[in-house]
Amino acid sequence: MLNVTLKQLGLELAQKKISSVELTQLHLDRIARIDPVLNAFITIDRERSLAQARAADALIAAGKAQPLTGIPIAHKDIFCAKGWLTTCGSKMLANFVSPYDAHVVERFNACGAVVLGKTNMDEFAMGSSSETSFRGPVRNPWDPARVPGGSSGGSAVAVAARMAPAAIGTDTGGSIRQPAALSGICGIKPTYGVVSRYGMIAFASSLDQGGPMAKCAEDLALMLNVMAGFDARDSTSLARAAEDYARALDAPLHGLRIGVPQEYFGAGLDADVAVAVEAALTQIEKLGARRVAISLPNSGLSVPAYYVIAPAEASSNLSRFDGVRYGYRAPQYTDLVDMYCKSRAQGFGAEVKRRILIGTYVLSHGYYDAYYLKAQKIRRLIAQDFAKAFEQCDLIMGPTAPSVAFALGAKATDPVQMYLNDIYTVAANLAGLPAMSIPCGFGEGGMPVGLHVVGNYFTEARMLNAAHQYQRATDWHTRAPRESV
Amino acid sequence: MSLSLQEVKRVAWLARIEITDAEAEAAQGHLNGIFQLIEQMQSVETDGVAPMAHAQDVVQRLREDQVTEIDQHAAFQAIAPQVEGGLYLVPQVIE
Repeated sequence: MLNVTLKQLGLELAQKKISSVELTQLHLDRIARIDPVLNAFITIDRERSLAQARAADALIAAGKAQPLTGIPIAHKDIFCAKGWLTTCGSKMLANFVSPYDAHVVERFNACGAVVLGKTNMDEFAMGSSSETSFRGPVRNPWDPARVPGGSSGGSAVAVAARMAPAAIGTDTGGSIRQPAALSGICGIKPTYGVVSRYGMIAFASSLDQGGPMAKCAEDLALMLNVMAGFDARDSTSLARAAEDYARALDAPLHGLRIGVPQEYFGAGLDADVAVAVEAALTQIEKLGARRVAISLPNSGLSVPAYYVIAPAEASSNLSRFDGVRYGYRAPQYTDLVDMYCKSRAQGFGAEVKRRILIGTYVLSHGYYDAYYLKAQKIRRLIAQDFAKAFEQCDLIMGPTAPSVAFALGAKATDPVQMYLNDIYTVAANLAGLPAMSIPCGFGEGGMPVGLHVVGNYFTEARMLNAAHQYQRATDWHTRAPRESV
Repeated sequence: MSLSLQEVKRVAWLARIEITDAEAEAAQGHLNGIFQLIEQMQSVETDGVAPMAHAQDVVQRLREDQVTEIDQHAAFQAIAPQVEGGLYLVPQVIE
């Protein structure tokens, strides 16, 4: 029951082999047993989840089930859920019970899925390790002394440790893909504009995208079918014809051209990761694909440009946290401005404050051209690199992260060392392209390695097809860590 | 680009985040490290390149000028730090 696909779970529910209440109960019990060590969840509300499960069982009994009806799903604590504590991993929102549902949450509720709980994350989604949450770090179930990656570490661990059949996360610079890679699961960030950001607490609005995290490509497709689609309340949401992301899963890979960027396999990539990724590329060639050497010349500038743009947008988005209408208000202050300054100083953690300061600086008078505008121009160059590359190939593949999961605390003292974890992932956010990570083997210490796949705009179905065919020929995605308790 | 302690405090003020001298010093070290990373941007020529703010070439969608929101201030204010008579309470601003 814990290692089957979402499709299989749907069948078991339809055939009454298990009820949604039993399935939800099973996962809640597992969370109670093993999450005290892993710390993947911030909020569990058994009664609320079971009430949804009962409603789902009624839908199933009435023959009105949809593919995800009755299935418990973990939500990253960045998605506003009505009546649920929604903290975004921050003391600033430690008391915030959301009065409304995010669009994505509405979609899952409408199809009869069950909210299993709210998962732990880096504070305000700023991080690559899930160590900065006010609720303490999340631990990697493959080795609890290591990080699971971030910022969607809680969602990744919920799936990896089989505490949830699937989860949702968000990705601004790699925050779905990198924890998926480090925790040994699958995750996809769709094309920018495909998943509504309404109710998804904003970090960097031109980069943020919500997406699914699950055990296999087919599961990602079923989740994306629920999450994707136009929402008038998100001004960047794209109106497009509805898609079935599972429609091309079974297509053969003959003729598929895989671009492998020469810049990705140089200095900075650990040898064990390179070996696992190389093996995956060889396997995909065996399935009929053809490798094409490509170049993304401005790759080296993606991290610097990202760490100008993302903090700049964050400094603007986080200015709404001022202790006036919701969230943390300092207990003592002398006047209004002092209330703002103290509430924000006390409510935000160190990394969040660092990024707000960087962002404020690069947007300030005299520095805007040299930093923010320059970064936007580099963003254009990076998008142009991809456009040129996609003339020669269909999918771009490489490593998701430069190393396997590192030890808790290992990169906590130097922010730049932490930022370099994002070298392969941020470019896709800057260009707005869909990108995915799937397990492709193990490296140092028996830790998972992720294969990164970038597609051209709106090619998620093709990306999932390639992943599905790879997963039919290999079994990396079925591996689960030993029981933690 | 390297920030002085005074600049760190100025930026903290712009961001309305209180910062002690000790915190400003610690922040200065980290921020300057990050600026060294960002400085790599200057290694490429970008004259004549159009800045890119958004992945898709779209414009702001317009809609009919009709009221679509409903009054939910009771629900929204239920979670506010201090409210009275439908108003958010803050320290006095005007003398």
